[in-house]
Parts: sequence; C-alpha cells; structure tokens
Amino acid sequence: MIEIDRIGFAIGKSEILNEVSAQLPRGKMTAIIGPNGAGKSTLLSLIARLISPASGTIRVDGHNVQQTASDTLARILAVLRQENVIASRLRVRELVGFGRFPHTRGQPDAQDGEKIQWALDLMALSPFADRFLDQLSGGQRQRALIAMILCQDTDYILLDEPLNNLDLFHSRKLMQVLQDMAHRLGKTPVLVIHDINYAAKYADNILAMKQGGIFANGPTQAIFEDDLLSALFDTPIRIHQIEGQPFAMHH
Amino acid sequence: MACRTTNAMPLIAAILLAVVLCILSIFTGVADINIAALFNDPQALWLLAVSRLPRTLAVVLTGGSLAICGLIMQMLARNKFVEPTTAGTGQGAALGIIVITIMAPQASLTIKMLAAIAAALCSTAIFLALIRKLPTDQPFLVPLVGLVFGGFVGAIATFIAYQLDLLQYQDVWMNGEFSGVMLGRYEMLWFAAALSLAAYFVADQFTIIGLGKDMALNLGLGYRQIMLLGMTIICVVTALSVVTVGMIPFVGLVVPNIASRMMGDNLRASLPWVAGLGAMMVLASDLIARLVRYPYEVPVSVVFGIFGSAFFLWLLFSRPAHAR
Ligand SMILES: Nc1ncnc2c1ncn2[C@@H]1O[C@H](COP(=O)(O)OP(=O)(O)O)[C@@H](O)[C@H]1O
Ligand SMILES: [Mg+2]
Repeated sequence: MIEIDRIGFAIGKSEILNEVSAQLPRGKMTAIIGPNGAGKSTLLSLIARLISPASGTIRVDGHNVQQTASDTLARILAVLRQENVIASRLRVRELVGFGRFPHTRGQPDAQDGEKIQWALDLMALSPFADRFLDQLSGGQRQRALIAMILCQDTDYILLDEPLNNLDLFHSRKLMQVLQDMAHRLGKTPVLVIHDINYAAKYADNILAMKQGGIFANGPTQAIFEDDLLSALFDTPIRIHQIEGQPFAMHH
Repeated sequence: MACRTTNAMPLIAAILLAVVLCILSIFTGVADINIAALFNDPQALWLLAVSRLPRTLAVVLTGGSLAICGLIMQMLARNKFVEPTTAGTGQGAALGIIVITIMAPQASLTIKMLAAIAAALCSTAIFLALIRKLPTDQPFLVPLVGLVFGGFVGAIATFIAYQLDLLQYQDVWMNGEFSGVMLGRYEMLWFAAALSLAAYFVADQFTIIGLGKDMALNLGLGYRQIMLLGMTIICVVTALSVVTVGMIPFVGLVVPNIASRMMGDNLRASLPWVAGLGAMMVLASDLIARLVRYPYEVPVSVVFGIFGSAFFLWLLFSRPAHAR
C-alpha cells in the first residue's frame, strides 16, 4: 500500500500540493488523472523520493520513503518520469540491463540475463536490442525505458504518462501487461494517464487530482460518473456503458 | 552489462600498434640508441633507464588517465563536449599552484599538489553547479559555459602570475610537454593512472550517473557520493598531470568521443579502450612533437591541440541527428 499523509510541497512561494492525503491499495492498478498542472507528476516524484516534501510523510509498503536507504527503495519501487533526456549512447539491451542494478550492483548472473530478455520481449524490443538508443524512434525509446523499469522487477511501478509516443498497439499491450502484473503477481502499478478511457478500461482505482489537491479517490466505477469527471476537467463529459465498460465521451 | 562476444582482431591490432609506438618512442631522441648498444654500452642502458623509458611511461600514463578523466567528466556533466582542461579543472589546478607558490614559496611538493587538487575541486564544483541550471535540450551551451569559465579561471592565474613575475612557471603548467621527464620526476603519474583505472570498479555507477539524477536515484545509487568520487578522480589526476608534465588539452575530449562513436557509452565495456586509445594518441603526438623540428621539440600540447581542436570542431558540426 502507498500511504500519502498530509503532503505539502511548494516551489518558492507557490504552493504546488496542499495537505494531500490518499491511500493507494496494493495489488491494484491505480490511474492518476486530472487537468494539466494539477500536481500529478509532482505527487509521483514525491512517492518515488525524487523530490522531498515540505511537510507530511509517504510510506510505500510501510517504508517511509524519506528515511529509507535509496538502494533498499530501489528494490521496492521503480519510477519513470514524464520527460527523459538520455544523452548517453547505450544499446537497448544495456539500458534495460541497468534495471537489474539495484539487485546485482553490477554483478549480473544468468537469471538477470533471463529477466532482461523477458523485459525486452514484453516491450517487443528484441529486434532492436543491439541498437543504440539514438537509433530509435521516440516511441521505441519510450518502450526501452519502460522495459528497463519493468526489468527492475519491483512491487511498486510508478509511470508518468507512459503512453506518450506509444502507438495504439503498444499502449494497449503495456496496459494489459501492467494489469496482469497487478492481478496475477500482486504488483502495484501507479500511472499518470491522460487518456481517461485507458484508465476506465484498465485501472482498478482512480486518483483524481485538481489544483494541487485530491479531487476524488476510489474504485474506477465510482469515479467514472458524469458530474464528477465534468467538474474535474471543467468540460462536459458523458459516460456511456459500452460492452459493460464505462466510456467517456468528451467532444 | 550486456555480455557481447567480441572479435579478437581489433584487440590484437591495437596491442601490436601499441608495442610499435612504444618501441619507436623509446628509441627516438637526439642521442642514438640502438638495440645492440643496450647489451654492451652501459651508458646507453643508463640513458634508457633514466630518460627514455620514463618518458615513454609518462606519456602512456598521462594519455590513459587524461582520457579516462574526460570520459568521467562527460558522465558527470551529462555532456559529450566537456573535459577537465577546457572547463576549468586544469586552470583551477594551475591557479592553486600559483597561489600556494606565492603564499608559501617554501612549501613541499606534496603541499603544492594538495593546493592544486583543492583548487581544481572548487573550480570543477562551480562548473558543475553552473551547468545544472542550463536547459538539457541545448547541449552546446555546456561546453560554451565551460570554455568561458575555464578561460576566466585561467585568466586569473595568468594575471597573478604576470603581476608576480611567475609567467615562465605558469607557462610550464599550461603547456604540457614531456621533455623534462626523468627518473624520479614523473612517478606521481603512476598514482594518477592507478586512480583512474580504479574507476573501472565503479564503471556501472558512472554510466548510471550519465543517465541523470532521477534515473540514478531510481536505481538506488548514492548520487552525491558517486558525483564526489568522480570529481575527486578527475581533479587529482588533472592536478597531478598539470604539475608533472603540464596541461594537455583535448585528450579527454577527443578520445572518449571516438570511443563513444565506436562502441557507445557503457563504461564497463569502453573504459579499457578509452585508456588504451588515450595512451596511444598521446604517444603518437609526442613522437610527432619530437620529430617535426628535429633535433628540437615542439610541446606535445601544441601537437595534440592542433589535431584535437580540429576534431572538436568536426564533432560539433557532425553530431548524428537525433530523432526526438
Ligand atoms: N519548477 C517549477 N517552478 C514553479 N512551478 C512549477 C515548477 N514545476 C512545476 N510547477 C507547477 O507545479 C504544478 C504541478 O505540476 P505537475 O505536477 O507537473 O502537474 P501535472 O503533472 O499534473 O500536469 C503546475 O501548476 C506547474 O506549473
Ligand atoms: Mg505531469
């Protein structure tokens, strides 16, 4: 479980998050949704201890992320930020392999090799495994980064807008993989997602954020409701049930 | 991290080339030494042991460690176009020696060395702090800031040296050459080489640092410790080489970039090649420096500087297009 307790965060004088509290259940996929600038990325970075809160605490699996050794946390949670500029010339296989670093500290064994291959296959990267990152398209590079995070094989997987640059096929594939990890392996994926229909289809739990606070938090079916979503995005949204799934119409 | 089967041919060719360059280096010089003389002429043997061999070793050690330092600095700065002698580290070391020479002229070489290292560390830390504020999508700003900053620190050193009539000393530190190398006067370079080779044991950590702070944190790396370790290696090696042979610019830039183009930036794989290539390129430059105006010598820094700056320009203009 991820327990967020009265988190405050500010940059200079401007308050970004104000007294945010929420609990994200273990073994479920949570989607964080909300308008631009709501504080979704900030909250994800705080959970992943990439930045420090001004006040409040966050626990992941009972570990206070501010006080737990970084290398211990690296075996519990993995995070991919929204923007990733990688200037190094690494081969895809090498990059994905670095996902094993928290476990191996640079001494990989045969099992790690299998994990790397598994992650490459999952993201359909085998044909490019020996290419350098700068010889890939934006979407392929994004998949390589996601493969590295999956290769880290942590219980908590935090991804900030992972569908950026991904085509329909790979978006769907990634969501299925993550859902499967949650339901079969008991992992806890937490994703910031813009396309709310992906959230509707795959997420078990929704955390809706607006203006630096929690707007709503609950099971997907409860959040996917006309008035709630319309108010969240300040846009008229109607939910239709299509083939037993909520589907949001917004244009 | 990946296990790749590599062809042995390049390795054999590289070793052969290295042996040839070393032999050429040892047997090049004003006094004629030939192999036969080594067996019956004690004077030739003495010259070899006291001057020729130390010089060749000094060149190899300096070239290898400067190349590694360039590579590490590029990882810390996350930028391919920086290296210690163009971004303030070397200039900082020179400034440190000048200041300590003025404040404590009687200070031992060890004290002077420490002053050079401390000043180099300060200078490098300031540079890395400066570039942190630059946008990551404009890689050319970083070397630009480095050149301006390095020029600034160097100018302070020159100004002080000028005021106090120390310019000829400063010239020795700023323009690297190996003609003064003798037995008993270059041994600190062994320490520099050992230190830079120690980087091999944290090669993965340096590669991860090159992926950025967030990625390093995500993988559980002690970001500050590795940054500090990298800076220490860079500064100690640079200061040691500035004091013993003087500054040789562009080695740390040219060599890692060639290696990066050829085999990428996974340090565990590329570091030994960077060291070897650095040693060989400086060895070749030193040979040219000794032969081009024979029997006089040109500073090796001038020779490498000419090739290096040309290569630097080519590098800036021929960056492979990135599909973003
Ligand atoms: N460096 C910064 N300085 C000032 N404000 C910032 C900075 N970075 C982000 N913000 C502000 O913080 C708020 C939350 O940002 P973010 O968490 O990235 O939003 P989201 O991911 O929900 O779109 C936004 O209003 C943004 O303008
Ligand atoms: Mg965001």
